[in-house]
Amino acid sequence: MANPHDVVLKDVFFSYTHDPILENVNLTIDHGDFASIVGPNGSGKSTLLKLLLGLLKPDTGEIRIFGKNPEKSRLRIGYMPQYAHLDTKFPVSVMDVVLMGRLGHSFGGRYSEEDRRAAQIALDEIKLADQNKRFFSELSGGQRQRVLIARALCCEPELLLLDEPTTNIDPEVQEALFEILKKLNERMTILLVSHDLGFVSQVVKSVICVNRCVVVHPTSEINGEIIKDIYGGDMCMIRHDHRCSEGGHQYD
Amino acid sequence: MIEFIQALLDPDNEFLRLALSVSLLASISFGIIGTYVVTRRISYLAGAISHCVFGGIGAALYLQKRVGLAWMDPMYGAVISAIIAAIIIGLVSLYAEQREDTVIGALWAVGMAAGLLFIDLTPGYFDITSYLFGDILLISHSDLWLVVCLDIIVVVFSVYFYNTILAVCFDDEFASLRGIHSGAFYIVLLCLTALTVVLLVRVVGIVMVIALLTIPAAVAGQFTKRLWHMMALAVFLCMVFNGAGLAISYTWTLSSGPTIIVVAGLTYMTVLLCTRLFKRAHKKKPVSIR
Repeated sequence: MANPHDVVLKDVFFSYTHDPILENVNLTIDHGDFASIVGPNGSGKSTLLKLLLGLLKPDTGEIRIFGKNPEKSRLRIGYMPQYAHLDTKFPVSVMDVVLMGRLGHSFGGRYSEEDRRAAQIALDEIKLADQNKRFFSELSGGQRQRVLIARALCCEPELLLLDEPTTNIDPEVQEALFEILKKLNERMTILLVSHDLGFVSQVVKSVICVNRCVVVHPTSEINGEIIKDIYGGDMCMIRHDHRCSEGGHQYD
Repeated sequence: MIEFIQALLDPDNEFLRLALSVSLLASISFGIIGTYVVTRRISYLAGAISHCVFGGIGAALYLQKRVGLAWMDPMYGAVISAIIAAIIIGLVSLYAEQREDTVIGALWAVGMAAGLLFIDLTPGYFDITSYLFGDILLISHSDLWLVVCLDIIVVVFSVYFYNTILAVCFDDEFASLRGIHSGAFYIVLLCLTALTVVLLVRVVGIVMVIALLTIPAAVAGQFTKRLWHMMALAVFLCMVFNGAGLAISYTWTLSSGPTIIVVAGLTYMTVLLCTRLFKRAHKKKPVSIR
């Protein structure tokens, strides 16, 4: 039963139509890892995330989360979608949204005092405690994104999946977000999708490059050559202070 | 207005009291379900369901007169066809890969056409205008019971499952990830919408269903920022529109359905215009991003 890996993908193939989106994906994510999924638009990043959540099923191959199939492990995963697919005019308060992370505990969906406390703690953690009385429609893009992170945290997850947490966020807010995520990483595994490589800097321990195939690099390995491979063109790269992953090199 | 109140108090005007109480009671369901329809943006689906109801009414008339099933009231046909339409539309919108609107548009027209063909095949003459444009003054005591039952179902369902439905309407994908059967809730919601639509057909008729379902909620949405506030205000507004529409139509001997819709529509436009002017006058300071 003891499984050291939180996430294991074995020979996974996936396609929406007959064009393959993901081919022969083999991937393991260790407990406590902080990984970023990068790749150009349409490379299958979000698809990979949806496969991990069990919202999509692989054509062939096997996906295990905490040693079980994704649907059975869902309640242990916190997921932050891109807010762009939500209706920003929807009449809900910030607290209403965060509390959604506590659903699934009772049949009718009543919230207990404890649920409210957990929601407040999640808002504290994401530095939005003073905004709990406000409404989702009044918030800025960055605040909405953080509310959705708080909602994911409210699930008390062991694995946090974030889909493009940096879109529409100012650089300085991004910096604050790094710090928050870094702290969260002490108690949970984090996997985020990002198409800006800037995010893959000081905090991320390993980088999962997706472009139909999946290759994992420790952060230290990222250089112009690899970026060219992923994005298929020359790109300007700004070097950050790189750290070596403890996970080491995982592709062969 | 005084004329209308006097008429209500007149013992001979049982039909008018019945019409008023049904329209006021029905407003509870209309407001609550209308809020879901507006926030979930499925008014198009509600429109399709209402036109499919006509198919059911036609089929019921055919079965009653031609096949000889005397118990087959057009109301039964309406309820059955509305539920079937809701389930088909729900499954299409959940599982269709693309072009959901085309499928629903086709269903919309086919439902209507089927109703007309059934009526062609049925001997005798039927005045279909009361189905198309509603006639609240034809409402009977059995309708009153139907309204009360529907109100109870809608209120109990939306109070008990409030948080769950809120989550499903706001972000069904996330709700699924919390172990909720979003799809099942969506279909149930559509079925309740279907039952509400049947009732709306009695009040304002097939053609104008969408208006009375969405306008009260849309107006309420301008003033409220939480779902249940929006529902409460929508219920109240719907009562006002129905009451005022009925009073005006009685006083000036106009058709009740269109009068209700015009009252609602004018209110909506006035509110939109006023909020627009108000916003321009009190332009908000930019919100600081933090």
